[in-house]
Amino acid sequence: MSAIVLLILGLGGMAAGYFLYSRFIATKIYRLDPDFKTPAHEYEDGVDFVPTNRFILWGHHFTSVAGAAPIVGPAIAVIWGWLPAFLWVVLGTIFFAGVHDFGAIWASVRNKAKSVGALTGDVVGKRARSIFMIVIFLVLLMVNAVFAVVIAGLMMNFSTAVVPVWGAILVALIIGQLIYRRILSLPVVSILGVIALYVLIFIGPAVPVQMPAEVGGLSGNAVWILILFGYAAIASLLPVWVLLQPRDYINGLQLFIGLIVLYGSILFLNPTLVAPAINPDVPAGTPSMIPLLFVTIACGAISGFHGLVSSGTTSKQLNKETDARFVGYFGAVGEGMLALAAILAATAGFATFADWQAMYTAFGQGGVNAFVEGGAYMIHNGLGLNEVTAATLLTVMAALFAGTTMDTGLRLQRYIFQEWGEIYNQPWMKKNAPATLLAVGSCLLLAFGAGGADGTGGMIIWPLFGTTNQLLAGLTLLVITVMLVRLRRPMWYTLVPLCFLLVMTIAALLIQLRAFFEQGNYFLLFLDIVVLIAAILVAMECASALKRSREEMAEQQE
Amino acid sequence: MHDDHDKPHDPRLERIRAWLSQARFFAEEVYSSRYRGAIARARRDEDDLFMLLVFSEMMGVPNPAAYYTLELQPLLLERFHDWHKRMGMERSPLDHFKCC
Repeated sequence: MSAIVLLILGLGGMAAGYFLYSRFIATKIYRLDPDFKTPAHEYEDGVDFVPTNRFILWGHHFTSVAGAAPIVGPAIAVIWGWLPAFLWVVLGTIFFAGVHDFGAIWASVRNKAKSVGALTGDVVGKRARSIFMIVIFLVLLMVNAVFAVVIAGLMMNFSTAVVPVWGAILVALIIGQLIYRRILSLPVVSILGVIALYVLIFIGPAVPVQMPAEVGGLSGNAVWILILFGYAAIASLLPVWVLLQPRDYINGLQLFIGLIVLYGSILFLNPTLVAPAINPDVPAGTPSMIPLLFVTIACGAISGFHGLVSSGTTSKQLNKETDARFVGYFGAVGEGMLALAAILAATAGFATFADWQAMYTAFGQGGVNAFVEGGAYMIHNGLGLNEVTAATLLTVMAALFAGTTMDTGLRLQRYIFQEWGEIYNQPWMKKNAPATLLAVGSCLLLAFGAGGADGTGGMIIWPLFGTTNQLLAGLTLLVITVMLVRLRRPMWYTLVPLCFLLVMTIAALLIQLRAFFEQGNYFLLFLDIVVLIAAILVAMECASALKRSREEMAEQQE
Repeated sequence: MHDDHDKPHDPRLERIRAWLSQARFFAEEVYSSRYRGAIARARRDEDDLFMLLVFSEMMGVPNPAAYYTLELQPLLLERFHDWHKRMGMERSPLDHFKCC
């Protein structure tokens, strides 16, 4: 099948979702009111609460939620063939992610721009709030561990990207200073920054840096993981304007350039999908597609992490309530587009079916490497860029995203440890350095505990990361559903996705539980049980909260 | 550089200039909107430390620069109430300096 046809079907479906379904949700379910005074106006303080133009807010929201996860997940999931991944990304974006992200903004805006965590406490109950905190901690733990493994793998496989990836940090540091000290105006700095980044990408292939396979008894991969956590620990302690802010900004620009390049190359090349629609003979050891597909692709179809962004900074800056549809739903569509590009690169970017099969030798293999190699093949043949340079470009794109997420993730984990220090009266834990060490230590434990001393097996936790992320999404959907019940509005549009997610999450956890037990991987078995307990608690919380609010409503009617 | 103040305004140039300033505004908003809060809080922390320096002598902490900081006190008076509230003190900590 032609990749352009799939591309048009996917984009068309998501466009229809935005123009038809989101309009229905906005007018009939959330009933957005253009005259509602949003928190950005009500509490305007020029700091957190600032009414912001909706296009700017969309850009901010989209670049905050889009990262490496919508690339890695779909690129792993195409092992079952392109069709299941494609359907889940497109339908997930339309009926799950869009409604979830949009709903999280709406729920927050209607409740003084509180975060989903606080809303869970207010709307559902205190117990649910504690579960929420645990789930967030688990998500952060897994995302940091897994992204360190992803970047380490990229650094080992694509040695040409080492110089640009680390050089980009230097570029960001300089940009941060230029802007902070107002030496140059921002548009000039943006152009210079992008040029500097691309110069690095073009010189990268000339100066490959290959980490030896073995360094002082550690594997090269493990050394990269340690270096990455060292970097992330330092970066997360710096003030945001020094590194994180300029990095995020360059990533945002790079995201748009990368998407244009990828989609452009598909249009020019019109490759054929070499992977089968549904893979009849998946490699041995690949788990069952249902339910694992729905947790392997989290970001790109539905991701709980988006709810944190939606209710954290986005809802405080919403100018008009009706903007929530564009910012939230279209933000999810943007993420779906990135996931779609990843699917196309990982299934159409190979010359023959045998090449593709050689990439996907086992579950968890392929992944982001398939995205880079497939994407590079398409860019090379479609736009004529040298294949090594194209691979470097895509590696830099994925690694920069993952790196920024690690920086942010460690920061948030540090805050959680500091909060625990406050709650449990441990003054030492409230200090920056010990809290960061605890965060890094717990992530390293997971990265090496899951994958063995060489750190290469860390990708096993990817589906587990997906399940935790879906649980977070489930809690957000629960908050929205309870609000809808209390407002006497139809709840099915959020309740059905919620039930679907919970069923798939719990089923996936049970299947993985058995797999970990059979493999004798007791570390992950334990982690799986922890997530499973959280999932069951969330499910019970859903049942009781909905029953309670329905009874309340019935009583009021009598 | 030419000084084009006296020249008649070229409408095309004006349009480009307006467009550029708009682009600059958008870029700056995109750059700062996500971190505005975090940076403002960091700045406030620095300002709080400065407040402590300025009012330290009045609270019994010897300050070699007291002679100079005294001059700043009236200027910072407006922020004093917010500051002592933020520092966890319901009322003004200074006996001879009531603020609420």
